Amino acid sequence: MSSENIPETKPDPLPSVDTLRRLAVSESGFVFDPSTGHNFTVNETGVTLLRLLQKGLRLDQLLTALAEEYDGDPREMERDVLEFAGQLREHVGA
Amino acid sequence: MAITATVAITGMNAKPDNPGPGLAVARCLREDPEFQGRIIGLSYDALDPGLYLEEYCDAAYLLPYPSAGDQALMDQLQHIQTQERVDVLIPCLDAELPGMVRLRPALEEMGLRTFLPDGEQLRLRNKDRLPELAEMAGIQCPEIKPVTQAGFFYQCQEEGWSYPLVVKGVFYDARIAHTADEAAEAFRKIAAEWGYPVLVQRLIQGEEYNLTAVGDGKGSLLGPVMMKKMAVTDKGKAWAGISIDDQALLGASESLARAIQWRGPLEVEVMRDTQGNYNLIEINPRFPAWIYLSKGVGRNLPMALLRLALGEEPGEFPDSRAGTLFIRHAQENIVPLAEFEAIVTRGERRTGAAAPTSDTRLQSPDNSQQK
Repeated sequence: MSSENIPETKPDPLPSVDTLRRLAVSESGFVFDPSTGHNFTVNETGVTLLRLLQKGLRLDQLLTALAEEYDGDPREMERDVLEFAGQLREHVGA
Repeated sequence: MAITATVAITGMNAKPDNPGPGLAVARCLREDPEFQGRIIGLSYDALDPGLYLEEYCDAAYLLPYPSAGDQALMDQLQHIQTQERVDVLIPCLDAELPGMVRLRPALEEMGLRTFLPDGEQLRLRNKDRLPELAEMAGIQCPEIKPVTQAGFFYQCQEEGWSYPLVVKGVFYDARIAHTADEAAEAFRKIAAEWGYPVLVQRLIQGEEYNLTAVGDGKGSLLGPVMMKKMAVTDKGKAWAGISIDDQALLGASESLARAIQWRGPLEVEVMRDTQGNYNLIEINPRFPAWIYLSKGVGRNLPMALLRLALGEEPGEFPDSRAGTLFIRHAQENIVPLAEFEAIVTRGERRTGAAAPTSDTRLQSPDNSQQK
C-alpha cells in the first residue's frame, strides 16, 4: 500500500477524557490518579484547564472557553495548552 | 457480632527494613471494635519486636525453626494450646506455610482452626511455577529458571538471558544483578540463607503494584485492596504506599484466584511495564506486611479471615478508598529485663506471668558495696 492511500489523521493532542475523568483534582492544584497512584501539582490555570478537559471539551472549545476568561494572544494560548496537554500525558499516560 | 476468640499469629519479626506481617495482622484485629478476644504472638527469635508489644499481643511464645521438624513444632503448639486455648492460628510467613498446610489435620485435631490453601494450591503459586500459572490466568510473566550452580551466570547469555536480571530465593530475597559477578555473589548469599534451588528471573522495568485479598476457596477474591509503593527500604520493602483502584490489576488477580481456587490470604505482586502491561512477579500465600492499610481503607482483611476461619460470613466490604496513604515509622519499645529473660529462658511471655525466675535487677559494683 502506498502512503497516498493512508488517510491523513492528526493524533488527538489531548489526553483521553476517560483518563482525565478518573483524576481527583483539588482546589489547591494537587492531582491524584487513583488508578496508578501517581500524583502531581498544577497551578491555578492548570486547575481551570483540567476541569474543562474533564468536561470533554475539544481543543477549539477549550480555547474559546479560555479566551473568555483570560486575555492573551490566541496562538500563544494554544501553544501553552498543547504544552500543558503534553505534560499531562506524561503524568497520566494517555 | 463481637468475636471473643483467642487468635495466635506468627511473624512478629517487625524489623524496619523487612518486616514480617504478624504485628500488622495483630494490630488490625486489636483495633477492630468487634474483636474482643486475645492475641498470642508467635515468633522464632527472642529479639523479634512483636513479642514484647503488650498492646497487641496478650502473650507471646517462641516457635522452633522449621528446620527442627514437624514434631518439635507440634510439641510447642500443644504446649501453647494447653496454656492459652487458641481458637484460630494465622500463619504469616512464607517459609512456614508448607508445614502448616501439611499439618492442618493435626492442628484442627488440637482445636486450632485455620483458613489456608491446600498443598496443591500452595505449590501452584511457587515461584518456579509462576509462568505456568500466569498462562492459566492469561497474564504475562517474566521467564523464571531454577539454578543450582553459580557457573550458570557466566554462560547464561548463550541461553538468551541478558543483564540486568533478578536472582531470587525460593521463599525470600530478590536481588538485581547487572553482571555475572554480581549474579554469582547474589546466588551464593541467597543459597547460603535459603537453600537451593536459587531462581533467576528476567527483569521487568516498570512500576510495582500490589494487591492483597482473601481467597474464598471457590474462585473469588474477597475485599481486594490495591497499593502502589511510594518509598521502599534498601530491601525493596514498602516504607510508604498509597491505595489505588486499578481495574486491570483487579481483573488479573481475580483470574489468578479463579485459576487456583485460592483459599486464604494472599498478596499478588505485579510489575507494570513501560507499555502498560502487567507482569506477574510473585504470589505470596499470606497477608503482606502492609496489611494495616486494609483497615485504613475500611476493609479489615484479617478480621474477615478470622470470621471465615470461625465458620462465619466474612462481612461486608465497603468501597476501598483510593488515595489513602500509609507511612511507616520506627520507634524504640522499652522492654524490662524480666520480659526479655522470660522469652530467652522459657520461650514465652504471659500477661502477669513474666516474673523473673531469678533476681535480674542489675546492680553496679558501687551499689553492691553500698548495700
